[in-house]
Amino acid sequence: MKTFTRSIVILALIGFGVSMNSCAPKGPKGAITGDAASKVYVAPGQYDEFYNIVSGGFNGQMGIYGLPSGRLFRIIPVFSQFPENGYGYSEESKAMLNTSHGYVPWDDLHHIALSVTNGVHDGRWAFGNANNTPRVARVDLKTFHTAEIIELPNSGGNHSSPFITENSEYVVAGTRFSVPMGDKTDVPISSFKQNFKGTISFIGVDKTTGNMNIAFQLVTPGVNFDLARAGKGPSGGWFFFSCYNTEQAYTLLEVNASQKDKDFIMAVNWKKAEEYMKAGKGKKVKSKYAHNVLDEKTNMTTSTMMEEVLQLDPTELKDILYFIPCPKSPHGCDTDPTGEYIIGSGKLAALIPVFSFTKIQQAIANKDFEGEFAGIPVIKYESALHGEVKKPGLGPLHTEFDANGNAYTSFFVSSEIVKWNVKTLQVLDRVPTYYSIGHLCVPGGPTAKPWGKYVIAYNKITKDRYLPTGPELTQSAQLYDISGDKMQLLLDFPTVGEPHYAEAIPANLVSPNSVKFYKIEDNGHPYAAKGEKEARVERKGNQVHVYMTAIRSHLTPDNIEGVKVGDDVYFHVTNLEQDWDVPHGFAIKGALNAELLIMPGETQSLKWQPKTVGVFPFYCTDFCSALHQEMQGYIRVSPASSNVPLKFSTGKIETEGTGAN
Amino acid sequence: MMPLQRISRLLLAVSALTLISVYFVPLWRILLWAPQYPEGLEMKIWINNLSGDVKIISALNHYIGMKHIEVSMFPEFGYMIYIVGGIIAVGLLAALWGKRAGLLAYLGVMVFVGLAALVDFYLWGYDYGHNLNPDAAIKVEGMSYQPPLIGTKVLLNFTAFSGPDSGGWIFILNGVVLLGIIYFEWHAHKEVPKIRTKVE
Repeated sequence: MKTFTRSIVILALIGFGVSMNSCAPKGPKGAITGDAASKVYVAPGQYDEFYNIVSGGFNGQMGIYGLPSGRLFRIIPVFSQFPENGYGYSEESKAMLNTSHGYVPWDDLHHIALSVTNGVHDGRWAFGNANNTPRVARVDLKTFHTAEIIELPNSGGNHSSPFITENSEYVVAGTRFSVPMGDKTDVPISSFKQNFKGTISFIGVDKTTGNMNIAFQLVTPGVNFDLARAGKGPSGGWFFFSCYNTEQAYTLLEVNASQKDKDFIMAVNWKKAEEYMKAGKGKKVKSKYAHNVLDEKTNMTTSTMMEEVLQLDPTELKDILYFIPCPKSPHGCDTDPTGEYIIGSGKLAALIPVFSFTKIQQAIANKDFEGEFAGIPVIKYESALHGEVKKPGLGPLHTEFDANGNAYTSFFVSSEIVKWNVKTLQVLDRVPTYYSIGHLCVPGGPTAKPWGKYVIAYNKITKDRYLPTGPELTQSAQLYDISGDKMQLLLDFPTVGEPHYAEAIPANLVSPNSVKFYKIEDNGHPYAAKGEKEARVERKGNQVHVYMTAIRSHLTPDNIEGVKVGDDVYFHVTNLEQDWDVPHGFAIKGALNAELLIMPGETQSLKWQPKTVGVFPFYCTDFCSALHQEMQGYIRVSPASSNVPLKFSTGKIETEGTGAN
Repeated sequence: MMPLQRISRLLLAVSALTLISVYFVPLWRILLWAPQYPEGLEMKIWINNLSGDVKIISALNHYIGMKHIEVSMFPEFGYMIYIVGGIIAVGLLAALWGKRAGLLAYLGVMVFVGLAALVDFYLWGYDYGHNLNPDAAIKVEGMSYQPPLIGTKVLLNFTAFSGPDSGGWIFILNGVVLLGIIYFEWHAHKEVPKIRTKVE
């Protein structure tokens, strides 16, 4: 009996010890179930089903990926220089990065908005925002080139941008930082409440050309605007913005802007604002901002400095703005495909409020207000509320939708995607993400017609998901199948820069329109040489213009003499090829900028300022043909005082030079 | 008073001396796992110091208003070395003295110090988990974050575990050995003479 007792004690002790050491929760191993590989396998030579247009974050670019394979096809330079193809370095593209501050070579691209018609993707343009020096860009999805950039005056940190109305009438740009504006900009930071204002810019988009103009700016109380979505269908004339820092803090926002239990969703009746604008109720305010447009015919970008902007003051012009209380510093503000429900995601909250557009309209009609904030009516929380999703997870950020009435919300803190039903507010499923998801994307998720099928997580922490590459890592995205009741992890794929928002669009809405090359006869570039006969070198004072052509496998001219130290030499290279995927590149020794990558039928110009005497080689950088390595030439640079005559040739053998001149 | 068996005195002395090792190994450990930390975060409590991912844990916990964990938060680190020294001394003296009373005194000290340590740790954990900065960014209604005394507990997105580390196990082993000696002494003495008579 005693032995038995002793054995029990010893066993208990061992058991205690073992249990103390085996309490680690189960890790991500085994998260893949079923045949995930075949669902993401796109056989060699086959195409992906979707384009995934992904913001590059701090690389300032857009990444084009295929889904479901997760393969990266291209990086489109938008707000940052791109030496790989000369964007921002070439004479044609430099103006695209011009601003009221001068040439800005970098920015932080956070969000993508694809153009829509009747709330459905139309595959024409992708808009992106510059977060640092406030701008909005339009990328043409025929060429995948940045076609236009417009700067936003009276803005600081263009984060709440570029969200789009259901017929692409407007792209919005809400300022993250409120700033002092107008004549009074040199003010103490501590005068925030008195002098700092927010703005929401409504950028008009031309129906046919896509050209942007700032139609009007709404001047708002000084808060931080975070994200936004346009209404759809019944709410199509409205826009919804999440705002935080209604505490109006200007220092240590981490603490000081997290004090109020509720901040706001700001509802904007933009149709009403548009009426006021058309009725001439706006006020023109002096504001400098750049508007840069690429001319497709000439391949030249023109930068125009604008001088004034039309502002509307919602404290004077009634019925434009309403605030709706929303718990704990709302981040995401998303409207469901029907346009009836608006989901606010308090990034510090442990529930998700869902607001009803119908109820908001009733509350406004009944003046069901709890008071005013800086002169703007605040609708009672309960009067606008459809309901709350209880205990969904921790740190809700963003919500996308499928076509079956379900919402998918990302949770940063609890690192998961939670699927729930918009009407019933019931949580249906949850899957972990690796790690700490930020934005998420369902193809067509923000539109009136979600394409569904997948949800992609764009994670903020990568850690151990890939082979380590030192302290700096790639970013990690995850693809989940949402076609069944349960979300299923299919694939991890690395993403460049730091993706924030992304959209995905069926390939068949974009790929048929993709330009293969430019017709040489349509090339309207002022320095184009549309055939080798037009290739030449001209001097204008100290400017030397080289009208150069490139065709497999030579550059014309490839021998140039008569250039002097102190000259500004412009190489205008026209690619004479008229076939798909035969680009030529151009690089010259000692260039202080970059290379050019010239598409068939296109002309691009590189400025070169020789500082020393000598003979400098130049060559084609794109492996264009079997004799690519022969595609090269020389330029001779003589002293500033020399009288070497200007001459140029290709294939001309001269009697051996003596070195005398 | 009954004298102790030589083997008991030897075992007592040796086990008391093994306590010297707790000056060189961690006594207690707290482990945390979160979705973002599948490999876990660890804090080790030594006799006079803290080690492990203390800074990372503090940086994470400040969102919910928890204090930064610092060595200076624990006055215990100032006198724990003396308490353990005292325990070793009591153990050695009990072995030298060789009386049952010494054994019982040692048991008393061990039990008292063990309980006091747990109470002390509980009080610290209570304060750390409840006394939150009212300006904290994340405030979840009705939520406090007291770490578990021993065992596992889920706190928001973290799973926390608290339990003895090598030093703690050495203490527990000491207690087990001590109980073993007491058991042996109280039972063996009844039986030993019988055996002797048989042999003689």
